[in-house]
Amino acid sequence: MDYAATTPVDKEVIKEMLPYFDKTYGNASSIHTFGRDAFDAVEKAREQVAGIINAKPDEIIFTSGGSESDNLAIKGVAYKNKEKRGSEKNHIITCAIEHPAVLEVCKHLEKQDFNVEYIPVDKHGLINIDELENVISKDTFLITVMFANNEIGTIEPIEQIGKIAKKNNILFHTDAVQAVGKVPIDVNKQNIDLLSISSHKIYGPKGVGALYIRKGVSIAPLIHGGGHEKGFRSSTYNTPGIVGLGKACELCKARFTKDVNHMKKLRDHLIKNILKIEESYLNGHPTKRLCNNSHFRFTAIEGESLNLMLDDKGIAGSTGSACSSKKLQASHVLLGIGLKPEEAHGSLRLTLGRYSTLDEVEYVSEVLPDTVKKLRTMSPLWNK
Amino acid sequence: MADFYTEKVMDHFRNPRNMGEIKDADGVGTVGNPQCGDIMTMYIKVKDDRIIDIKFKTFGCTAAIASTSIATEMVKGKTLDEAYKLTRDDVAKELGGLPAIKMHCSNLAADALRKAIDDYKKKRK
Repeated sequence: MDYAATTPVDKEVIKEMLPYFDKTYGNASSIHTFGRDAFDAVEKAREQVAGIINAKPDEIIFTSGGSESDNLAIKGVAYKNKEKRGSEKNHIITCAIEHPAVLEVCKHLEKQDFNVEYIPVDKHGLINIDELENVISKDTFLITVMFANNEIGTIEPIEQIGKIAKKNNILFHTDAVQAVGKVPIDVNKQNIDLLSISSHKIYGPKGVGALYIRKGVSIAPLIHGGGHEKGFRSSTYNTPGIVGLGKACELCKARFTKDVNHMKKLRDHLIKNILKIEESYLNGHPTKRLCNNSHFRFTAIEGESLNLMLDDKGIAGSTGSACSSKKLQASHVLLGIGLKPEEAHGSLRLTLGRYSTLDEVEYVSEVLPDTVKKLRTMSPLWNK
Repeated sequence: MADFYTEKVMDHFRNPRNMGEIKDADGVGTVGNPQCGDIMTMYIKVKDDRIIDIKFKTFGCTAAIASTSIATEMVKGKTLDEAYKLTRDDVAKELGGLPAIKMHCSNLAADALRKAIDDYKKKRK
């Protein structure tokens, strides 16, 4: 019930990866046959990744994961912009509920004389488009808004943002880590210039990701070295990982409708069952939400206790409660949609995936009401 | 210092001791931590300067629930003076340690108890 955190590697993906550990283990940059075979595998993966977002293969750069892709996109564009002679542009627009891999990069850039605007969201987590348009200035060079939120699953109006960016001649980056395989993505139709992908969220291996960079867009590298990936990202190719990501993308594309329908059906069933619990609420958007995301809050209980009690019953979930964060602060996403810290406290995210079953959903539906009840009998805030 | 929760913490979390309310309590103490939002209430019954019964209710994380649970066990039967001396370190030690970030939870358990004792003393005056 925590597929948004990570997913198991699909068996077909593992099978595809295995030869590249010990048989076709050559360095994809080498000129000999071993190297060329590895090179071919990397290029095949590039096509597979491009295929899932309607990009061209030479617009895909392989990275170590979603966070690196976000870092490379935002810093890469920002630093490149700074290098341009005579460029005075220093303004970035982002959204209040972005993943830390975007928000922390923006905060970091603020220390380097970039100005960043954090656009607020409504109670469902949708970005305020009017505000976004209003804050665009002649200095704006980048808009970065996530495709879909990792906590509450809200899908942002990407096509609309893409249009605005294009109209104003501003680059548009989107973190699509949660959206790939669950929402149709077309970088051309949606006017996306840069897009981050993570492998382990789509049944691929951990430690691999990709960044789509539209042809003609130039960025400054973060990792300098041997000049791999057109100089955008030096490092010897992680061939097994890249092959795995490629296969994972191919499977996601082939199974798209089947996977989405499966997750949606289970999600709707789960939400219907859980909302029968007294004083339970659904966070996020009622319709514009990821097909695998359900996010609840329950009055008068705390999310960490709830998750550990569910863990005892073999159920893995997650929470935006302050108590479970390293900083003891409630999730910025839940606060961003206007929840009070005590409301964010009682939050529970349950996310589904390709291998989720109706039996699992029924089991959670059976266990969760009792668990909530047990914690409420302990709570001084529950007087019913 | 523990990295995650010890078995003892999990035991008190799963099977909290003395959980509930005392309707005709002699002293009641509620404390809350504004930073993380935990709220704990302790109820005590006192006879001859001794805590003869104690119950708690907690809204909070695993550490908060376990801290209050074990604190009630530690002071039940003790004199008010003895109970008043209970510190967060005593509570954490009895639990086999708490993650550093959760130490404030054990602090709150001791605070709630002292507040209940203060309430009892105030009412008696």
